[in-house]
Amino acid sequence: MESYIPIIVLLGIALVLALLLMSLSRLLGPFRPNTNKLNPYESGMDPVGQARERYSIGFYLVAMEFIIFDLEVVFLFPWAVKFTELGFGTFVAMVIFIIILFIGLFYTLKKGTIYFELKPSISNRT
Amino acid sequence: MIEFLENITPSTTMALVIHAMIPLGLILVYALFAIWMERKVAAHVQDRLGPMRVGWHGWAQTIADMLKLLQKEDIIPTDASRFLFRFAPFLIFVASYAAFAVIPFSSGYIGSSINIGVFYLLAITSLLTLSVIMAAWASNNKWSLLGGMRSAAQMVSYEVPTIMSVLSVIVVAGSLNLMTVTEMQSGNEILGFLPNWLIFQNPFLLVAFVIFFVSILAESHRVPFDLPESESELVAGYQTEYSGMRWGIFMLAEYADMLLLSLLGVVLFFGGWNSPFGTFMDGPVWGFFWFMLKGMLLVFVMMWIRWTLPRYRVDQLMRICWNILIPASFVNFVLIALWEMIF
Repeated sequence: MESYIPIIVLLGIALVLALLLMSLSRLLGPFRPNTNKLNPYESGMDPVGQARERYSIGFYLVAMEFIIFDLEVVFLFPWAVKFTELGFGTFVAMVIFIIILFIGLFYTLKKGTIYFELKPSISNRT
Repeated sequence: MIEFLENITPSTTMALVIHAMIPLGLILVYALFAIWMERKVAAHVQDRLGPMRVGWHGWAQTIADMLKLLQKEDIIPTDASRFLFRFAPFLIFVASYAAFAVIPFSSGYIGSSINIGVFYLLAITSLLTLSVIMAAWASNNKWSLLGGMRSAAQMVSYEVPTIMSVLSVIVVAGSLNLMTVTEMQSGNEILGFLPNWLIFQNPFLLVAFVIFFVSILAESHRVPFDLPESESELVAGYQTEYSGMRWGIFMLAEYADMLLLSLLGVVLFFGGWNSPFGTFMDGPVWGFFWFMLKGMLLVFVMMWIRWTLPRYRVDQLMRICWNILIPASFVNFVLIALWEMIF
């Protein structure tokens, strides 16, 4: 456990440094806000509506795929460190595990879930 | 841990703080140097001179820029979520700097030799994705949100091939501690003269390095994968609403991330702090020199690529990752494991 203490100290120092930089800029910089400055930037136009509207479902699908593969990697980590000691049986088990996930990956790729292709119905929407 | 905290004295605290300060100071100096180098490389690729006025060949230009940034007004838009908008720069700064704790800078220095080194590094760099999307969402700006969503999709996708290529090395090295991985690569025995670096040890590890390098270009938002902040279409991506030192912190974190991933590549594939000439010019200080030299070479290649290749489209970017890199990295991983089983 003691080897984790430098990490905590480093986290603390980084936080202090960031706070220091921010407060320095507060001290040295001007502070004269007005409505034009505080508007969201929209290439010089008056902002239209809010930014937080609906966006492409593709992003959600990518996030879901990512969760699956990230979990798979978490399972691979302990095996990768000790796999020569665990022998050939676990190797075969891991290959089967990877193949099962690959069937899923190829299915989603075939379905075209991760492509950000604009369907005509979306691109023609006004 | 409790016992350790009970026995702590002022002098050990001081030693701890100095021990932890070393990577931080190093990275700040590096960031100043790298921003200058990026400009110089860009200028010379385009047959210009770049910054020349401040100091010898403009070496102090970055310091001047930092002083300018410190004096800028700090604007938080009225529509923004104030807490998240302020919190995101801190998170990105802390996450990118804390990851350096497990990098072995020389045979005599590693911030913290925890036995899950690489795992910790990969875990804490995933916080970068979180802070990018936090900044994008909090800004409440269309450019920011578009850039942030792209960035999140890109970073999570390319994290899988990155981790798989790192795992390929772990299979060969048999340890998650980066110091052990480096020590394994000392000596010059391959074909009688090549150093024992992992990239020379196994043909599949060369493939793993190519996958790793492409993935870290995408992870650290470098061209040809700089879609999150592609200035010609998205203004500045998730950084659009940030100004002054808050933006400066994002930029520092981005350069630190670039160095971190390059140094990780050096440790995993190019022998870390080991000298390329065997025992010649070896030792803790020379080790540090070689380590930084190799790291800066990789950073230089990243800058060079920036001025050589055009940018990909979003769908091309996702297709490269899911159709090519992820299957290739898994197949390569299994092949390396098989190779290690047989030999």
